[in-house]
Amino acid sequence: MIKFRSLSKSARTGITSYSIILLAFAILFPLQNLGIINHSISGQLVPICTYIVMALSLNLTVGFLGELSLGHAGFVSVGAFTGVIAASSLQDKVSPDPLRLVIAIIIGGIFAGIVGLLIGIPVLRLRGDYLAIVTLAFGEIIKNIINCLYVGVDNKGLHFSMTDIKSLGMENGRVILNGPQGAVGIEQIASFTAGIILILFTLFVILNLVNSKAGRAVMAIRDNRIAAESVGISITKYKLTAFITSAVLAGMAGALYAMNYSTIAAKKFDFNTSILILVFVVLGGMGNIVGTIISTVILYMLPELLREFSDYRMLIYAIILILVMLVTNNDRIKLIRANASAAIMSWLRKAMSRTKNQPKGKEDAHNG
Amino acid sequence: MDRMVPYPSNSIVPERDVDKRPVLETHHLGIDFGGLTAVDDFSITVGRSEIAGLIGPNGAGKTTVFNLLTNVYQPTRGDIILDGVSTSRKTTAQINKMGIARTFQNIRLFANMSVMDNVKIGMHNSINQNLLSAFTHGFGYRRSEKASRDEAMELLEFFNMEDVAGAEAGALPYGAQRRLEIARALATHPKIILLDEPAAGMNPSETAELMENIRRIRDNFNIAVMLIEHDMNLVMNICEGICVLDHGKVIAKGSPDEIKSDAKVIEAYLGKKKEADNNA
Ligand SMILES: Nc1ncnc2c1ncn2[C@@H]1O[C@H](COP(=O)(O)OP(=O)(O)OP(=O)(O)O)[C@@H](O)[C@H]1O
Ligand SMILES: [Mg+2]
Repeated sequence: MIKFRSLSKSARTGITSYSIILLAFAILFPLQNLGIINHSISGQLVPICTYIVMALSLNLTVGFLGELSLGHAGFVSVGAFTGVIAASSLQDKVSPDPLRLVIAIIIGGIFAGIVGLLIGIPVLRLRGDYLAIVTLAFGEIIKNIINCLYVGVDNKGLHFSMTDIKSLGMENGRVILNGPQGAVGIEQIASFTAGIILILFTLFVILNLVNSKAGRAVMAIRDNRIAAESVGISITKYKLTAFITSAVLAGMAGALYAMNYSTIAAKKFDFNTSILILVFVVLGGMGNIVGTIISTVILYMLPELLREFSDYRMLIYAIILILVMLVTNNDRIKLIRANASAAIMSWLRKAMSRTKNQPKGKEDAHNG
Repeated sequence: MDRMVPYPSNSIVPERDVDKRPVLETHHLGIDFGGLTAVDDFSITVGRSEIAGLIGPNGAGKTTVFNLLTNVYQPTRGDIILDGVSTSRKTTAQINKMGIARTFQNIRLFANMSVMDNVKIGMHNSINQNLLSAFTHGFGYRRSEKASRDEAMELLEFFNMEDVAGAEAGALPYGAQRRLEIARALATHPKIILLDEPAAGMNPSETAELMENIRRIRDNFNIAVMLIEHDMNLVMNICEGICVLDHGKVIAKGSPDEIKSDAKVIEAYLGKKKEADNNA
């Protein structure tokens, strides 16, 4: 009985988050196909999906590991550009679009994970908020590197240069990355379905991790580092596990995001984007998966919905952000919310037991 | 490195220890915090299934000794030998794997997690679950989770806490939190458990239960216990060997009877206590 209750809390999170995503898909997918929702919204479906993945993955670092990262967009960027390079260079070799997309997403995830490892190994050993500083710098460095990177592909394979297109030395090849212009001529093979699948994959990974020995170790480190060490948990190993997982998922989101546009520049993934993702996480609630999904959708759509206020758009956005912050941190409102959800839960439990008891009673009568 | 260690004459070797090697030894252990020497020349030996006491007035350096033994603080001087192996250069986590578990004077539970999860976290290194099964919840995940839940439940039953397995650790009453911290430490399968003021804040009946529990821990798990305690009744009743610290230095070692009648102890320790009582 008690065990069931302690299990059901995490099970509840899982069920709620999976159903929100599946429900959204079930409603939006037909609407999109029938062309009922307007173009500006249907164009936002893939970006929203990828932003949800970015926010969920950042929540792993910020909420579950308890380390501040200010350069999450850097991992997204690494995933985006390595993914695009992979997809473009496989354009003639792998013909089915979905397969090429999957390969691009996996490549994006792997490279972002490798970069996460390279950053994590030196930094996560240190105590204190060094990760915030280093990730902040990393995000800017990645942006500047990609800004002066030229990549092309011809039948001899990939060509790289840091100076210009000419020095790639290609014979009638195709340019993939064109310095400050970023990736050009991307095939737009991203789809809403792929976005939903990536969210489900992300939920699967994060929820599984949280409910495992490794996940408990990560949360133990966050809650009480000294106690965690005293029971034999290797701090660096589990910090790295969470951080790299977070980077891989961000890279995957980046690859999918990039495949939604024909061109994409590195400045798209700058410090502002990192902060935007962080805002989604903070307002959704540290370590709160359902909250992160909801806050990402609302906060992402808000500027779109406020478009008619044109000039005042960002001002209103900022005011709403502050209000939400106040509301979610207000103790009295927290209490009201807790009471309300407790009431709903007890009502649900009663309703459930009523429906459960009826067939059970019949069965008993049958047996007797 | 399994070597026989000759017992120093001042240690107390319980008769029941068939294996006469001590489980824990320290040699001239010391630490300085800037100019302050918090612990100096600390040498003790603890038998394999001994209940040892570490006492001394406030600020004597008792907690610091535990922090040295677990490398929360790096010793400035001296050696620690656990079961014949030196623990120098080992991290806190590695020392726990070698066999030292502890509780904390100011309770350090994972307060937002369930009682069950706290114990499971204690079992971290004995749960057979790799990252693949963590991420997929396949490849033996169910088996390993069930095994860990069963063992955690057994430990909770040992402390009569099976009913609160699903409760949030931070919401438990104070005494139960202290018991949970001991259960979590035991979950790491230690050779010696260090208890920092386990009776602090407990009422007399809880303290009596704790005394019984400490004996049961030693007898059931067959491990050594070293405890810091200000409750002299508890210390004199259950400790077989006692070490008295004052100003970071060992001023006496011996059996409870010897300690009770030691002039230095009475002067340093009990004298100060009287002072404090008078002030209060
Ligand atoms: N990290 C530290 N930095 C500086 N001084 C410290 C540190 N830790 C402990 N000390 C000092 O070392 C001395 C011993 O402290 P310790 O906590 O070990 O005492 P204690 O015997 O456990 O006392 P109590 O019975 O009050 O718990 C004190 O003077 C304390 O101020
Ligand atoms: Mg102390």
